[in-house]
Amino acid sequence: MLIATSLAYLAAAVCFIMALRGLSSPETARTGNAYGIAGMAIAIITSLFVLPQFSVLAAVLIIVGIAIGGAAGAHIARTIKMTSLPQLVAAFHSLVGLAAVFIAAAAFYAPEEYRIGTDGDIHVGSLIEMSLGIAIGAITFTGSLVAFLKLDGRMSGKPLVFPMQHPLNAALAAGLVLLILLLCTTQSAFFFWLIILVSLGLGFLLILPIGGADMPVVVSMLNSYSGWAACGIGFTLQNPLLIITGALVGSSGAILSYIMCKGMNRSIFNVILGGFGGDAAAGAAAGPAGDRSFKSGSADDAAFIMKNASSVIVVPGYGMAVAQAQHAVREMADILKKEGVDVKYAIHPVAGRMPGHMNVLLAEANVPYDEVFELEEINRDFGQADVAYVIGANDVTNPAAKTDPSSPIYGMPILDVEKAKTVLFIKRSMGAGYAGVENELFFRPNTMMLFGDAKKVTEEIVKAMSGGH
Amino acid sequence: MDAQNYAKNAADLATNAQKLAEQAANVANQATQIATDQAQQGMPFIVTGLTVFVLAVFVGYYVVWRVTPALHSPLMSVTNAVSSVIIVGALIATGAHHFGFSMVMGFLAVILASVNIFGGFMVTQRMLAMYKKKAPAQGAKK
Repeated sequence: MLIATSLAYLAAAVCFIMALRGLSSPETARTGNAYGIAGMAIAIITSLFVLPQFSVLAAVLIIVGIAIGGAAGAHIARTIKMTSLPQLVAAFHSLVGLAAVFIAAAAFYAPEEYRIGTDGDIHVGSLIEMSLGIAIGAITFTGSLVAFLKLDGRMSGKPLVFPMQHPLNAALAAGLVLLILLLCTTQSAFFFWLIILVSLGLGFLLILPIGGADMPVVVSMLNSYSGWAACGIGFTLQNPLLIITGALVGSSGAILSYIMCKGMNRSIFNVILGGFGGDAAAGAAAGPAGDRSFKSGSADDAAFIMKNASSVIVVPGYGMAVAQAQHAVREMADILKKEGVDVKYAIHPVAGRMPGHMNVLLAEANVPYDEVFELEEINRDFGQADVAYVIGANDVTNPAAKTDPSSPIYGMPILDVEKAKTVLFIKRSMGAGYAGVENELFFRPNTMMLFGDAKKVTEEIVKAMSGGH
Repeated sequence: MDAQNYAKNAADLATNAQKLAEQAANVANQATQIATDQAQQGMPFIVTGLTVFVLAVFVGYYVVWRVTPALHSPLMSVTNAVSSVIIVGALIATGAHHFGFSMVMGFLAVILASVNIFGGFMVTQRMLAMYKKKAPAQGAKK
């Protein structure tokens, strides 16, 4: 590789690091994104200079390819709803995986262009790297596809479990290793395609048993996989830029998966093995509340309590996003702020369907980001708060996570809403949460249940507030 | 006669020297050929590649832990866009010497990666544009 090319790739790699670095605060994040774009531009332009042969055909293919892909990508980015962000990211991951498979196939059929040997005599090292690239790429492709279908509601979010699932997956993984060895010894295209086929199947089977609410972990994990796939391709092409970028993305996804798992107090293996939170929710929804008494109130009651409070903490969960209630919540907060009430938002790490999803939804509803706090930042404030307004969240507020060792969610970090003077809990019914656990909180004397759709209830409260003005 | 002999010897010597030089150049050529061949056989690159890889994982680890949780969604979409840098590999295939299966694969990969690059960066930008600080006017009203 020419020295100039290597240096340009180095510059691109530095740009990518700066892009991630910028995300340490919302103020620097936009500059960071600009660095990312610059890095990508440098990388693409540089690689155009070192094409094996710059023909008219190549130029046409590249321009047409970028135009088609770019137009589609731009269109999707402009029109996607922020609630659908997790699906979008999952879909994008699947594209990276598929692209990695295509590139490896291109390298396998034209090894001379990639300087990794000749047809039928590819260096063994390159074959191993290539196999890893296609295996991870193909797993990322089908895995993300399943995640996309589940997140988009086109496939049941329920974990799909069948007998012999884990032995089957283990057998496929072992088969994969065997196939890679066979490919290295025989150089046969048959094994190359068989590796792709088995990996496609494995990706599909791996994500099937994982339930809808575990999706934050899955999406982060696939984010990580797409990075490692890029690394595999980077080793095949002997391109340090791809290796650096792949490693950055891979470790980023791994860290996010870890944070998400910690937010649920589950191990990554527990999530991957799946089957959590199946039909327990349906059984519990039958009405276990029965003999225990709880208080329910009207929108007027809630409006009165909050207007007379001096501080309110809003606790949004995925239910708020589903009901599209974020704008109504912000309206309510605006009225309260005018009344001199201090309003803050508390976000649990696993609120929403992907890391940080709730923050984006609040930002979209024009909630300033300095009013939004993470669990560790705000948990002590609940003791001084007059009202905790829980909307669309359930399990993340359940005190049983701290007190009841027999509870499936025991040990999960929760928001200490029960310490607030009054807890307003917006919910459709008395049903249990995703984990199938009844929430202790409903029966506390300081809890008032507001039954109904999150958006409708909040809008009624807003009406009641401005009515009494 | 002597002078002629000398001249002849000198000429012989010169041609010999030239031959020697050519041979030396040949050997040097072969040496570089072997060196580059070995470099292309992967062993030395695996070592540098692994070095780069391990260091990059560390950089990623420290940089990503500093990302504020509020920006985890943009982090995912931007890493997604950035990982599409594998388009570099797709471009090589489209610029191949002969038209064939590889070129088609490369072309398809260029399309897929471009969707990601444009979509990923633009959706990140859209998200980041929404993050606003508390307006000072609101505080004044209070």
